[in-house]
Amino acid sequence: MIHVDNVSKVYRTRFGPRTVLDRINLRLEPGRHVGILGRNGAGKSTLIRLLSGAEMPTSGRIHRGMSVSWPLAFGGAFQTNLTGLDNLKFICRIYGVDHRPLLPFVEEFTELGTYFKEPVSHYSMGMVTRLAFALSMAIEFDCFLIDEAMVVGDKRFHDRCHVELFQKRRDRAFILVTHDADVIRLYCQRACVLHGGRLFEFDTVDAAYAFYESQPAPAPAPVSA
Amino acid sequence: MSTDLGVSRQAGAPSLGRSLVIQARVIRALLLRELITRFGRRNLGLLWLVVEPMLFTLGVAALWTAVGASQGSNLPIVAFAITGYSSVLVWRNTVTHCVNAIHQNLNLLYHRNVRVLDVFAARILLEIAGATASFAVLSAIFVGVDAMASPDDLLKVLAGWLLLCWFGAALGLAVGAASAFNEIVTRIWAPVAYLLFPLSGAAFMVDALPRAGQQVVLLFPMVHGVEMVRDGFFGDSVRTHYDLGYMATFSLLLTLVGLLLLRVAGRRVEAQ
Repeated sequence: MIHVDNVSKVYRTRFGPRTVLDRINLRLEPGRHVGILGRNGAGKSTLIRLLSGAEMPTSGRIHRGMSVSWPLAFGGAFQTNLTGLDNLKFICRIYGVDHRPLLPFVEEFTELGTYFKEPVSHYSMGMVTRLAFALSMAIEFDCFLIDEAMVVGDKRFHDRCHVELFQKRRDRAFILVTHDADVIRLYCQRACVLHGGRLFEFDTVDAAYAFYESQPAPAPAPVSA
Repeated sequence: MSTDLGVSRQAGAPSLGRSLVIQARVIRALLLRELITRFGRRNLGLLWLVVEPMLFTLGVAALWTAVGASQGSNLPIVAFAITGYSSVLVWRNTVTHCVNAIHQNLNLLYHRNVRVLDVFAARILLEIAGATASFAVLSAIFVGVDAMASPDDLLKVLAGWLLLCWFGAALGLAVGAASAFNEIVTRIWAPVAYLLFPLSGAAFMVDALPRAGQQVVLLFPMVHGVEMVRDGFFGDSVRTHYDLGYMATFSLLLTLVGLLLLRVAGRRVEAQ
């Protein structure tokens, strides 16, 4: 069970404090899939950062009764002068997992070939994304945090990701953040909408989508007036 | 089972023992990553960790020998330089690598097991290990070729050295955490380190200073460490001035300040 309890996040900016998340509440039971819809700048990524523990809430608390992944396919933690293999080993050491049994899957999924033992700085965008996704799948979690915007690639890559995630790991919990309602419709039992810093919960994805569509684009931050 | 991974550190409170196991694992992973990242696998690879401070120390020893700079003592200049400059490296390198450490590792914080303290622990351990190995290897070589007498009291050398390590770690924590609050700290550290060098006791014996100078210089904690190392090395052939209690108290307080700053810094860290 994940329990987000009255969480707010305020960032300091040059124009004063800016509230990105305002007293948000959310519960997620094991194995359940929740989608969070929000426009660009609605605070989706901030929410993911708080859930993953990369940042602390300004107020409120987040209780994690299950293991929560780092944001799926997040490649920013790569050390680019290390090889793909080094990065796999590093992640495995952090989580206390033996990397050897994972090699076949990672090599097969990333299709890196000999590049697997080359520095990540020599990779193309697509190669980095595939490696990032494969490493996300290498460690097993009870709950996966998914920022749809991070999983960029061609259709074949998308399909393979969806098989790994939504078919093979269907029994896990997901928090899926996106501005694409179709993805949520496909995979989630319920949906929320992040708007103006508040989180609105809906019983059905359609109700959430109707609300999301009816909201005007958010006004620019009031401070810039 | 995924729950065995220790990924759910805040899922209920794990026992202290389990937390320590996870922390040790994370620090080890960070150490290895840092080693490969900084030194790579080409040529000397991770030997550079030791060779680099050795080259520094040797260079300074050669320079001081050339200008005859063992003011105020009848010690052989090489021994004077090795004890002195090694003592500087252990705190200066540690702090230098702690500055900006949070910023450089922001993305690792997405892995919940990695805490800012782990990042510092890895860097501090690495620098202390490098400086210690450099000091030990150089001493062994020069004692081996009779360019330096073997230590008069090895335990005293070790105690003085450990105090210097502790001071370096504490200063690294404090300055490194402070650099997360304001980049001015980063900019200021280089000149401060440069100015601290002549005051650090590396290039003079406290005994050679006039009384008033001694009192000022002994306010700097690292001076006590260097003096103790030299007392251990040279024994009765030199007069040294140091106060273990002063240096330990200073380091303890600095450690507490560092941990406190780090705690606050960890709470307000902003990932990207």
